[in-house]
Amino acid sequence: MDLEKIKSEVEANVPGCRLETVANPSPSVQHSLRLDPEHAVAVATFLRDAVGLRFDFCSNVTGIDWPPTEVSQKVKVRRLVEGVEQEVDEVQKTTTPGSIEVVYHLFSIELKHGPLVLRMSTQDRDAGVHLPSLTHVWRSAEFQEREIFDLFGVVFDGHPDLRRLLMWDEFVDHPMRRDYIEPDDFEYEPTAHDEVLRRAQQHQSETRPADEGGIR
Amino acid sequence: MKRVDETLKSELGRQGIFTTTLQDLYNWGRTSSLWPLNFGLACCAIEMIATTMARYDLARFGAEVFRPSPRQADLMIVAGTVTKKMAPQVVRLYNQMPEPKYVISMGACAISGGPFKQGYNVLKGIDRYIPVDVYIPGCPPRPEALIEAFMALQKRIDAQQLTGTNRPRHLNADEPSEFAVPQFGAHDLQPAKNPAVWNAPLVQISQTGNDGSGKN
Amino acid sequence: MSTAAFPAAVLPTQQIGSEPTSGPSTEQLLELSMGPQHPSTHGVFRMNVVLDGERVVRLKPVFGYLHRNHEKIAESETYLGSMPYTDRLDYICPLTNNWAYALAVEKLAGIQVPERAEYLRVIVGELTRLQNHACLVGFLMQDMGCSGTPLMYAFRQREMVLDLFEALTGARMMCNYMRFGGCRVDLPAGWLDQTKKVLQQFPRFLDEFERLLIGNEILMGRTQGIGVLSKELAVSAGISGPMARASGVDYDIRKVDRYGIYDRFAFRVPLGSHGDVYDRLMIRVLEMRESLGILDQAMRDLPAGPIVDPKTKIRGFRPKPGEAYGRIEAPKGELGFYLISDGSPNPYRYRVRPPSLINLTVLEDLCLGHNVADIVIILGSVDIVLGEVDR
Repeated sequence: MDLEKIKSEVEANVPGCRLETVANPSPSVQHSLRLDPEHAVAVATFLRDAVGLRFDFCSNVTGIDWPPTEVSQKVKVRRLVEGVEQEVDEVQKTTTPGSIEVVYHLFSIELKHGPLVLRMSTQDRDAGVHLPSLTHVWRSAEFQEREIFDLFGVVFDGHPDLRRLLMWDEFVDHPMRRDYIEPDDFEYEPTAHDEVLRRAQQHQSETRPADEGGIR
Repeated sequence: MKRVDETLKSELGRQGIFTTTLQDLYNWGRTSSLWPLNFGLACCAIEMIATTMARYDLARFGAEVFRPSPRQADLMIVAGTVTKKMAPQVVRLYNQMPEPKYVISMGACAISGGPFKQGYNVLKGIDRYIPVDVYIPGCPPRPEALIEAFMALQKRIDAQQLTGTNRPRHLNADEPSEFAVPQFGAHDLQPAKNPAVWNAPLVQISQTGNDGSGKN
Repeated sequence: MSTAAFPAAVLPTQQIGSEPTSGPSTEQLLELSMGPQHPSTHGVFRMNVVLDGERVVRLKPVFGYLHRNHEKIAESETYLGSMPYTDRLDYICPLTNNWAYALAVEKLAGIQVPERAEYLRVIVGELTRLQNHACLVGFLMQDMGCSGTPLMYAFRQREMVLDLFEALTGARMMCNYMRFGGCRVDLPAGWLDQTKKVLQQFPRFLDEFERLLIGNEILMGRTQGIGVLSKELAVSAGISGPMARASGVDYDIRKVDRYGIYDRFAFRVPLGSHGDVYDRLMIRVLEMRESLGILDQAMRDLPAGPIVDPKTKIRGFRPKPGEAYGRIEAPKGELGFYLISDGSPNPYRYRVRPPSLINLTVLEDLCLGHNVADIVIILGSVDIVLGEVDR
């Protein structure tokens, strides 16, 4: 299936939608289609129902965390240095807010083609983690979107039953995010070295006095 | 209490007189009918099932009667990875078992977290919450290893004395029979370990010559 | 372009927290927590069931009791370092898990697999399918109350296959056999003859099993018309593998993707027409017979040659940035791996598409209106392994 053809077909039938092809440089050549969240449900419904496309099987739904990145840039600014206005180099740092991306892999059981890869991104990683749920289009997204809500913290608006899937309800973190700090209970290993050794020794220095064989 | 003189006992046996002690009888009864709890957690459970099947035939050890209820079981085989979400249930099941009760920690995961040790949801060994009698290494241990663990446990029970300071735990009124069930916390189980049962062993590797690069 | 009428996705019949609208008043309802320690849940699976007498009016599965953080750990492992972890996903069929992961990495890095390795993969993959389906049949009978004998028969066959795995890979269960671009070791001497002996016995096991059970009136009474899954719901809910085919969905990835060398073998894809527990059971029995045919062809045609692509780097393996989704027809359904590389030795994102979890999406729909005892066999016929459901 030609992705550009699918894109133009969707654009012709879902007015107002903004699509963007994302190239995949790897040998798998599975390029993907980025949706805008406002029109995602309409586009997904079209992809499922349109004759000739019929992506009726949503196989895989997953999240990807893109943490904020800091980009440093050298710019020349004019500034008073010792009373003289000079042009100096200054490093300006801009931080992108980061986002969480949700990826859907679609196949067609009727026409036996695929995969078509859909992507959607949240605005940021704090308050703007809302995306529309596609569970009403493909039922198979139900548990997988719950899993993304659990592990990445994306809130799927319109999901019929959005609860944590894998962790317990009292848990507050989203462990698949890359800045997640796991609890400090990994303090002992029979042949400790490197990071484990450091943590074990730190643990002992906190919990036992030195004369009882704490840190040495 | 002194045990019966073994030569006298066998001499009497040859004359058709059966002698025994209450201790021998009591240990024989416990040794020969260790009923395990029907309780599998992960991969090791499949090997546990294989052990009860025709080829390995755990029935030879009087232990083929897997009880679905903890109230009828003598032995808990912790067969597989104990996750933090599962740990409270494991402790609760242990508490529900009547005395005398024994625990076999089967496989690397139940001993220490095994290959999944770095996981945020993996308990680093069930012995942080309940006392363990026999550990079997392996990932998963072969059925022969589980049989070996049964024999080790049976030997251990056989050697127990009903009186004295080293009498078994369940005959000691001061020893607890139930242990605190951990609660689900916001980041981790509360508490992360039961100090009455387990404390982190001292890390004996000195830091001399270890520059943190991993090469000693 | 017209949007032809296609059945809309069927949504969960009841949301959690909402009270059943019809039927008796809620005072008469009984809430039951089945699991996580329950002899019939195949591990640490839990279902919160609401019952009206014996009848199920609501069922909510609870997951996560075996969530071992496979995906998180894989982000800090090298690509090859994750291979042993894939064994522990669906721990009844480690070799097909290896295969799916190897396939995804090969797509990501553009690696070719030598012909002999492809044949070896097919042979061990189909052996895995045989022993998985044999186990499923045994466990399902156990769930039905047919305690002992069928499971003993199934495990007798399984032990024979495990002996072959052990001779080939060194481990009964955690084989860790596939490598990117091939397989780890070649066949030991006499392995093919031993395999032929095992496979010669297999039709006898199937015949015996069919004579003993399939025509059994009690078994038919327990399974026919129970847990019916419609074709439309199966497609919408992403059901794959034998469970989808039992509902008449003609989709076998071995035929559709023709990954590896599956286009060289003649085999049929059995389809069910009712979608009930009986069909799901029979599909497995029929698939075992087809697998035997594939194995015969593969062992007949096995060529000589290298078993691994010599150009593939083992140490310092760094695929170029990009992503790939690779999938195979595992015994439980579509097992896929979605990998994102950022050019470093570790994957940036590592995702397993678990067939067991997604096949459970419809568990509530299948169980509604049936008795408690039917939940057990419906769950048994889905064929789940918790290591894969929770990962």
